[in-house]
Amino acid sequence: MTTASSEGQQRELLSLRGINKSFGAVHVLRDVDLDVRPGEVTALVGDNGAGKSTLIKCVAGIHPFDSGEMLFEGSPITIHGPKDANALGIEIVYQDLALCDNLDVVHNMFLGRELRSGITLDETSMEKRAGETLKSLSVRTLRSLRQSVSSLSGGQRQTVAIARAVLWNSKLVILDEPTAALGVAQTEQVLALVRRLAENGLGVVLISHNMNDVFQVADSIACLFLGQMAAQVRAKDVNNSQVVELITAGRSGDLGLRPDEASVAGVGEAA
Amino acid sequence: MSLQTQPASQFEIESQREQGGVGDAAAAYWERIKGGDLGALPAVLGCVVLAVVFGVLEPDSFLTENNFANLLNQGAAIMVLAMGLVFVLLLGEIDLSAGFTAGTGAAILAVTLTTHGWAWPLAVLAALATGVAIGFTIALLVARLGIPSFVVSLAYFLGLQGGMLLIIGEGGTIPIRNDAILTVMNKNMPVWLGWVFALVVIAAFALATFMAIQRRRRAGLSASALSVWALKVGALAVVVLVVVYLLNQERQRANAPIVIQGVPWVVPLVTALVVGLSFMLMRTAFGRHVYAVGGNAEAARRAGINVANIKTYCFILGSTLAIVAGILLASRDNSVSPTTGGAQTLLYAVGAAVIGGTSLFGGRGKIYDAVTGGLVVAIIANGLPLVTQKSGVQFIINGLVLLLAASVDAVSRRRAAATGR
Repeated sequence: MTTASSEGQQRELLSLRGINKSFGAVHVLRDVDLDVRPGEVTALVGDNGAGKSTLIKCVAGIHPFDSGEMLFEGSPITIHGPKDANALGIEIVYQDLALCDNLDVVHNMFLGRELRSGITLDETSMEKRAGETLKSLSVRTLRSLRQSVSSLSGGQRQTVAIARAVLWNSKLVILDEPTAALGVAQTEQVLALVRRLAENGLGVVLISHNMNDVFQVADSIACLFLGQMAAQVRAKDVNNSQVVELITAGRSGDLGLRPDEASVAGVGEAA
Repeated sequence: MSLQTQPASQFEIESQREQGGVGDAAAAYWERIKGGDLGALPAVLGCVVLAVVFGVLEPDSFLTENNFANLLNQGAAIMVLAMGLVFVLLLGEIDLSAGFTAGTGAAILAVTLTTHGWAWPLAVLAALATGVAIGFTIALLVARLGIPSFVVSLAYFLGLQGGMLLIIGEGGTIPIRNDAILTVMNKNMPVWLGWVFALVVIAAFALATFMAIQRRRRAGLSASALSVWALKVGALAVVVLVVVYLLNQERQRANAPIVIQGVPWVVPLVTALVVGLSFMLMRTAFGRHVYAVGGNAEAARRAGINVANIKTYCFILGSTLAIVAGILLASRDNSVSPTTGGAQTLLYAVGAAVIGGTSLFGGRGKIYDAVTGGLVVAIIANGLPLVTQKSGVQFIINGLVLLLAASVDAVSRRRAAATGR
C-alpha cells in the first residue's frame, strides 16, 4: 500500500518533539517524538496504557502538554483547546462515535458548525456539501443523506464520523481505533476510506490494535512503549513480529529503545 | 454486512431520484410506522376514537358547537404548557413544577392587575419575567450543579405552591376584571375575520412548503412530489375550514338574547405560538442543538455545543410558556385561586406532550405534538365528566391514559432501536 512518491519527499505536516505529560505522579508521556506527513497514513500503535490516547488528546487540545515542542506545517504552535485544533485543520474521530442517533447524516456532519443564511439553517447548502464530501471519499453505501444515523450500520456510522472530519478542509485527521467494533466487511470499507483520505493529500494518524489493519494501510508505524516512543519506522521496512516486539518489549533487534531506557520506562510503570 | 457483499444494492447518493407520487409517500409513511416512528398517528387516532365514543354515549351534550368551542378553550392552556414541556422533554429532562409556575404567573398577574392597578402589558411582563427567573434558577441547579431535574422541579413544585399562597393570601381568590386579559379566553373573532384567519393559515402553509420544495429542486436535491404537497395542503385546508365553519356557527342555546359565534381569540394565539416555536426548533441552529443535546449530550459537547447553555434556554422557555398558560387559565376562570395550575394541570400537559409523540427519553418530539396531544387530553377532560360524575373514576382513567401514552412511547422506542431508526 505504501506509495513511493510520498517517500521522504514532503515536509512533515505535524512534528512532535520531546513531548512530556504527567497526570499527578504518573509520567504518561516521556520525550515523545512523532512525525506525520501529508498524504500518508501514520499508524500509532502500543499496548493498553502506552499513552496513545493521551498523546492524541494533547494534539487535539483536550489536555495541555507539560513540555515539548509541536510543529504544524513547519511552524511552532500551541493549542489551548479543541477549537484551536479545529482552526488549524486538525480533526479527531473518537473511538466511541460522537454522533447523535436522532439526527440525520447531514445534521450530524454539520453538528455545532451549521451553515446559516440569516437566522435560519441553510439546509440545502449543507446537504449539497455533505453529498459532495461523501462523493469525494467515494462513499456509495448510504441510501439517503436524510436517514437518521440510528438506522446506519457500524461501518456506515464510522464513515459518517470520518466524513465529518474531512468536511472542513482539514489537513490532519486522527482516527482512534476506527475498526475496533466492526465486522470484517465493514472494516475493509473503513480501511479503504482511511487510505483514500491519505490519497486526497491529508495527513492521517490511525490508532489501532490490529496489526492486519496497520500493515494494510499504514505508510509509517510509530510504536509507543510505556509512554516512550520506541521507534517510528516505515511500514515496508518491518514485519509483523518486529512491531509486536516493539509494542510488548519496546525493542526489536536494532530497533527501539536501548535496554537501559526500556527498563527505566518499566520502573516508571511500576511506580 | 449486505452493502458490501451485494454491490447491486448500493445506491449512489447523488443519483437520488425524484421521490414518487402519493403511492410512494404512503409506502414510506407505512415503513416509518412499522419502524416505530409513530409521529402524530396515536394522537389523531385517539382524537377520532374518543370523539366517536363520547359522541355515541352523550350525543346531546358532547357533540354540540358550544361544547366544541368550550373544548378548545379548555385545551388551550394545556397545549401551551405542553409546548413548554416539549423543550424540557427534548433534553430528556422533566419539569414537574410547570403547573405551579403557571399558577404563580397567574397569581402575579392578578395581584398586579387587580390589587395594584397596573396596566395589563406591565402585569403580563412582570409575570413573564417571573417565568424567566424560575426557569433560569432551575437550569442553574440542573445544568451547572448537576442535580437531577426530577428532584429540582419537585422542590420547585412545593416551593412555588407556597409562593402562590403567600402572593394570593391564604384561601383567597383574586378576580380579574381587565378586558384585554379576559378577551383571550372569553371573546370570539368576528365571523369574517375567522374566515380570513383560516385562509391566511392555509395560504401560508401552502406557500412555505411549496417554496421549500422549489429551493431543494433548484439545488438539485430530492424533493417530495407536487401531488404529495397538494394532498397535504388539501388535508390541512379541509381541517382548518371545517373547524372555522363549526366555530362560526351560532352556539348559544335557543331563544337566548345574545349571539355567540366566531373563532375564540385564543386559537390565533396558540397558532402563532406553534408557528413561532416550531420555526425556532426546526429551522434555527438553537433548535438543532436542542435535539443534539437530547440525542447524545456527549456528542454535542464534543461538537463544540455549549450543553449547559442549551439546557438553560430550554428550561427558561419551558417556564415562560408555563406562565403564558397560567395567564390563559386566569383569563378562563376570570380569577386566580390557590388551586390555579394545581391538581391535574401538570399531568395533563405531560400527557399531552407524550400522547402527541414527544419522547420521555429525550431527542424526539415536535411543537405540534403539544397541540394534537393537548386535543386528546382536552377531549378526555371535557367528555369524561359528561359520562360519569364520579371523580374517582375520572382520576383512574386519566392515570391510565398517561400510562398508555408512556407505554406507547417506550414500545416505539424499543421498536425504533430494533429496526435501527
